[in-house]
Amino acid sequence: MAFLDKHKVIEKNATLLLVLSFLVVTIGGLVEIVPLFYLQNTIENVQGMRPYTPLELAGRDIYVREGCYLCHSQMIRPMRDEVERYGHYSLAAESEYDHPFQWGSKRTGPDLARVGGKYSNSWHVDHLSNPEAIVPESVMPKYAFLASTPITPDYIVDDMTANRVVGVPYTDDEIKNAAADFKAQANPDADSSGLIARYGNKVTVANFDGQPQLTEMDALIAYLQMLGTLVDFSTFTPDASR
Amino acid sequence: MCAKPIKQDPRDKVGTTGHNWDGIEELNNPLPRWWLWSFYACIAFALVYSVLYPAWPLIHGATPGILGASTRADVAVEIKRFDDLNAPIKAKLVAADLTAIEKDDGLKSYAMEAGKSIFATNCAPCHGAGAAGVQGKGYPNLLDNDWLYGGSIDAIHTTITHGVRNTVDPDARNVGIVMPAWSDKATGAMADAATTKLNDEQVGQVVNYVLKISGQTADEAKATAGAQIFADNCAACHGADGKGNRDMGAPNLTDAIWLYGGSEATLTQTISYGRAGVMPTWGYAPQGSAPRLSEDQIRAVAVYVHSLGGGE
Repeated sequence: MAFLDKHKVIEKNATLLLVLSFLVVTIGGLVEIVPLFYLQNTIENVQGMRPYTPLELAGRDIYVREGCYLCHSQMIRPMRDEVERYGHYSLAAESEYDHPFQWGSKRTGPDLARVGGKYSNSWHVDHLSNPEAIVPESVMPKYAFLASTPITPDYIVDDMTANRVVGVPYTDDEIKNAAADFKAQANPDADSSGLIARYGNKVTVANFDGQPQLTEMDALIAYLQMLGTLVDFSTFTPDASR
Repeated sequence: MCAKPIKQDPRDKVGTTGHNWDGIEELNNPLPRWWLWSFYACIAFALVYSVLYPAWPLIHGATPGILGASTRADVAVEIKRFDDLNAPIKAKLVAADLTAIEKDDGLKSYAMEAGKSIFATNCAPCHGAGAAGVQGKGYPNLLDNDWLYGGSIDAIHTTITHGVRNTVDPDARNVGIVMPAWSDKATGAMADAATTKLNDEQVGQVVNYVLKISGQTADEAKATAGAQIFADNCAACHGADGKGNRDMGAPNLTDAIWLYGGSEATLTQTISYGRAGVMPTWGYAPQGSAPRLSEDQIRAVAVYVHSLGGGE
């Protein structure tokens, strides 16, 4: 077979083999990945999505740092039992500002995609501090140290800038006011009008951990309390082709 | 060093590929049949699959596949199927007078079953799987007949619909009403809610008065002094006799049932720094969101909670 004999040239030339292999993988990659960026039915624009506030972003970092995703998914699958239990199935667009997304694949604990607003802030403090005290059958570890670990907005500008580089549309104004917004969200006595103006009126402003100082507990609860609350499902009509 | 001499040279049987490295030759064995056919079957499967299901990306969208598969459409159909089955009884549940539900066997058995699973999913994390609450943490026991806001089916229905003291629902119970922080050391909104400041000695006196009216051992002298402080500051909500007031969710202080605990230390903490338990809203949705539970679900879980033992 004359055609197959030509293959000998590639097999005997390591550099050529490498170049051609790379070419094949590139084409495969392009065909698989590129359509996701331009196909209209993979990009769903939904009303209500906004980037995380600085405090929520810091809370999200704690969520990732503590490995919450190892036991909690954030992905309600389109199945009746999941929709009945957790609420509307997750949309891809709901993770659009997640870098990386927290879908997870393991549910030792319940799905958290729509946990926002489901429990009170003080429940989250009690539960994170000692889950077994509230839910005796729980096997979740204790995160009481979060309430005694102060958090400062020292790196929040870097964090938001990095997120902007990978596509989160933080405005200059939002980045400039990051530290102020960070503190304002956990202090109901402070003026949070700037924060609300920048991130919308669905932002929850509260002293999440109930303590005067700003702790990691505040940040994590701020994040948990907004999960799944942004999209208005009373007006959302799913497009079945997606 | 073979133990047995090679009887037949395999090169004669299958030949070689012609590759030869330092005298070592590569036999040209065919691929095993099972492997080869599995390989062809996989290719055939992939082609058939890509015709039946969404697959190839084109300019405006991927090919939809001739089966028209869509997980979103599937789940919508599945949910609608059950909704249609339950629609008549749900409509009846929503239309019925709350007090009449429990008298209608059909409605009640539906509400109890639905309410049980709704409770397990939504209410159990705070009130416990068995609805006994979490003692001393402020999560009320729903099994006893001590109710903060009332134990009638209507009162329970209202509490579930709007929640307590949450920042979302304007109709929530006790919006703006908290157990203030009475200590002169307390600061913040909870302390601002207090009409007066009590020093440590005065707090100790009220604590002893509360210990006394709840039938526990108390320091008589302190309790007597505390009685006046109680009458001036606490009676407005808890009542002159300390039996509480459901209009304000003020607990009865004369029984042995405590939301946060009735020990001297806990009472001191409660009186000094206040309490403001929150229950989320389940039936109210602010602009731009959907309520977590529908009216029929709230009614079902209200019936369930009402039936737990303490219902009035």
